[in-house]
Amino acid sequence: MSGGPEERWSIARRLTLFLAAMVAILALVSWGMVTSFAREAAGRTQDNILAASATSIAETLRSESGEVRLELPYSAFSMLGALSEDRVFYRVAVGDEVLTGHADLEGPDVVPGEVVFATLPYRGAVVRAVSLQRTILSDGAAVPVTVTLAQTREGVQAIAAGLSRQAAVLSVLVFVLAVGIAAFAVRASLRPLNTMAQHLATRGPSDLRPLRRQGPPELMPLVKALNRLMERLGGSLRRSEDFIAEAAHRVRTPLAVVRTQAEIALHSVEEEGQKQTLRRVIRAVDESSRSASQLLDHAMVSFRADDLTRERLDLPALAGNVAEALRPTAQMKDIDIALDLDPATALGDEILIQNALRNVLDNAIKYSPAETKVTLSVRNGGGEARVTVVDEGPGFGTASAGELTERFRRGARAEGVVGSGLGLTIAEEALRAHGGRLDLSGDEDGRGACVSLILPAV
Amino acid sequence: MCFADLARGVRDVIAQSLLGMLIASLLAAVAVAQGFEIEDRRSYPGAGDEMLRVLSTADLDVFEPFLLRFQEANPEVGIDYVTVSSAELNRAIRGGAAFDLALSSAMDLQFSLANDGYAQSYESAVTDALPDWARWNDQLFAFTAEPAVIVINEARFEGLPLPRTRADLVTLLRDHPERFAGGLGTYDLRESGLGYLFATQEARSSDAYWRLTEVMGRLDARLYCCSSRMIDDVASGELALAYNVLGSYAEGRLGADAGLAILPLEDFANVMLRTALIPATAERVEDAGRMLDALLREGMGDGPEPVLPPLQARGEAAASAFGPIRLGPALMVYLDRLNRESFLEAWDAAMEQ
Repeated sequence: MSGGPEERWSIARRLTLFLAAMVAILALVSWGMVTSFAREAAGRTQDNILAASATSIAETLRSESGEVRLELPYSAFSMLGALSEDRVFYRVAVGDEVLTGHADLEGPDVVPGEVVFATLPYRGAVVRAVSLQRTILSDGAAVPVTVTLAQTREGVQAIAAGLSRQAAVLSVLVFVLAVGIAAFAVRASLRPLNTMAQHLATRGPSDLRPLRRQGPPELMPLVKALNRLMERLGGSLRRSEDFIAEAAHRVRTPLAVVRTQAEIALHSVEEEGQKQTLRRVIRAVDESSRSASQLLDHAMVSFRADDLTRERLDLPALAGNVAEALRPTAQMKDIDIALDLDPATALGDEILIQNALRNVLDNAIKYSPAETKVTLSVRNGGGEARVTVVDEGPGFGTASAGELTERFRRGARAEGVVGSGLGLTIAEEALRAHGGRLDLSGDEDGRGACVSLILPAV
Repeated sequence: MCFADLARGVRDVIAQSLLGMLIASLLAAVAVAQGFEIEDRRSYPGAGDEMLRVLSTADLDVFEPFLLRFQEANPEVGIDYVTVSSAELNRAIRGGAAFDLALSSAMDLQFSLANDGYAQSYESAVTDALPDWARWNDQLFAFTAEPAVIVINEARFEGLPLPRTRADLVTLLRDHPERFAGGLGTYDLRESGLGYLFATQEARSSDAYWRLTEVMGRLDARLYCCSSRMIDDVASGELALAYNVLGSYAEGRLGADAGLAILPLEDFANVMLRTALIPATAERVEDAGRMLDALLREGMGDGPEPVLPPLQARGEAAASAFGPIRLGPALMVYLDRLNRESFLEAWDAAMEQ
């Protein structure tokens, strides 16, 4: 599976990154806005004070015996000094003639009746300048008097920069906080998905029940799709099990007829060659019949495991019954079944456990050489009930337990023995359905196999 | 080789002394060329060739202890100390005279120098420690706070209740014209920048100032250029009262001259800040900064036994709820030509009744 990095990234990571990027952009934008507002506000404050000062200076203009006079109001300048430690320049001109102040200060061009602002360079600094004009009647003539007032902008810039810095700190804090919240929110929103995944992961292998969990509406389509898939899967499994059971059943009856007929024929023929042929036929029929019944067993295990009944099982009694049932088969090979039964109880489906044990014991008898002993024991301890079958057969060789319980898989030393390879599979499935397991062990040098059926004890 | 070294050494010495002389004569020439009047001048050569050029309004008598102490700490720095009037100092700096440090009692003129771009910024740990009211824009630094006081000759006030406010003083003077006629002294505002500063600030704070001026005018007050002469005349008994004398000068004389007293008024006192700035033309900025730091440390009372009136003297003035005159553009208001003219007209009118 290949894919771009974003396909391999987790949704949580991707969402968190998206949100973080968004918050970063928002934080940057808001910082920029605050900065420009601060600059604007500080600039306007200065403009207002400059305008007020210039106006109050212009208010004091008067004509005295043909001469324009004015008295700079103290407040006009102390007002400017109150805002910041900025340099102040002023110029009052009657027409083109400078009356007082900084003669070289060139303010913005005046518009009669208006207060005009400009930002200009003056004496090596950038100043904010305001100009306004007032007309004075002097000797019966109207004389335009221009008042220009200028102040450097350091204080204003310092205020704006200070506010901007504060906004930057705030933006960073908001960013960190928002990313934290986003990460938390993403995790919280994805939790139902994780829970569902965990729920599915801990299910048994044959648990195909529909998911009943209520989740966020976004997950419901997935849940529905999963349920439909499981339903279809379950259906198709059931159909194939049914088919196998049906097929096995249908095959078994005619096989029995064939066997009976073959045995009658065996008794009626004299010639040794024909007898041999008939025996081979009987043997093949036996094998097929056994396979068919194991297939039936398997289908039954699958069926019953889906809807497990849990009743109290008396394991020693159950083991005794199974041993008794198989004793005739064992006796045919002169195999002795020894019982070593401790009391133990487990919860489960009696038929399934019986079936599992029968398959294991049957295997043991089948793969044991004649005139040996198979030991069946029941033990209880460590919260587990353990039913163990030990034989003196060839063992399992080097194959692992996983391989041995695969369907239709047979041990390396099983050649020459009738078998389908389903026995251990059936046993394992039955135990797993009960929350137990099958434990296989044996000597590598071929001195017996040891199979344990382990169930949670009650 | 040895001889060559020696020869070079001798040549260097000659060159240096020649250079020194050249600089000194150049300085004098510059002063003349730029047209400002030097009142006094003294050089304190240091171990090195460097000469820190200080332009100041403070008398050498008052300032020399500080200079010597500074040189003790910085033996390599030579000091060329030039005393001028505050108006001359203003004119010299505006004219571009090359000085490394300018100290003046005329805070309004100092302010306008800094405002108009004739000062350069300076920052150090010491200037950072300075209270806000004692500095402006990292260019203008106050190193002393000196109140304006009234000095009286106790003998001439004998038998009279001492006034406690300016209103009391006006009443007292009005009620005893025969006693005080010709016995009052104050600054000639046309001649003294400091007197003008005190007068304008006082006129702004209280209308008692004009009533007092009128009374003084009626009693034929005598006008002076400087505090020290007023104090001389009060000490000799020629004057009964000198109005708006620099407190630091007066205090220095209290012990020496019997009968001299400072009249404490409760209504308010103007406090002038003596300020320093490093002119834009300064070349030895580092040394100037060092001296400025030393001045400010002295002003903040960090040094051993101060030789200058410290900034903390402001505390006494604060008792009357008036701080020092504020450093700010408002100081330029009364420097304006038109404002000055109209203020002086009003003052003349009051004085010449």
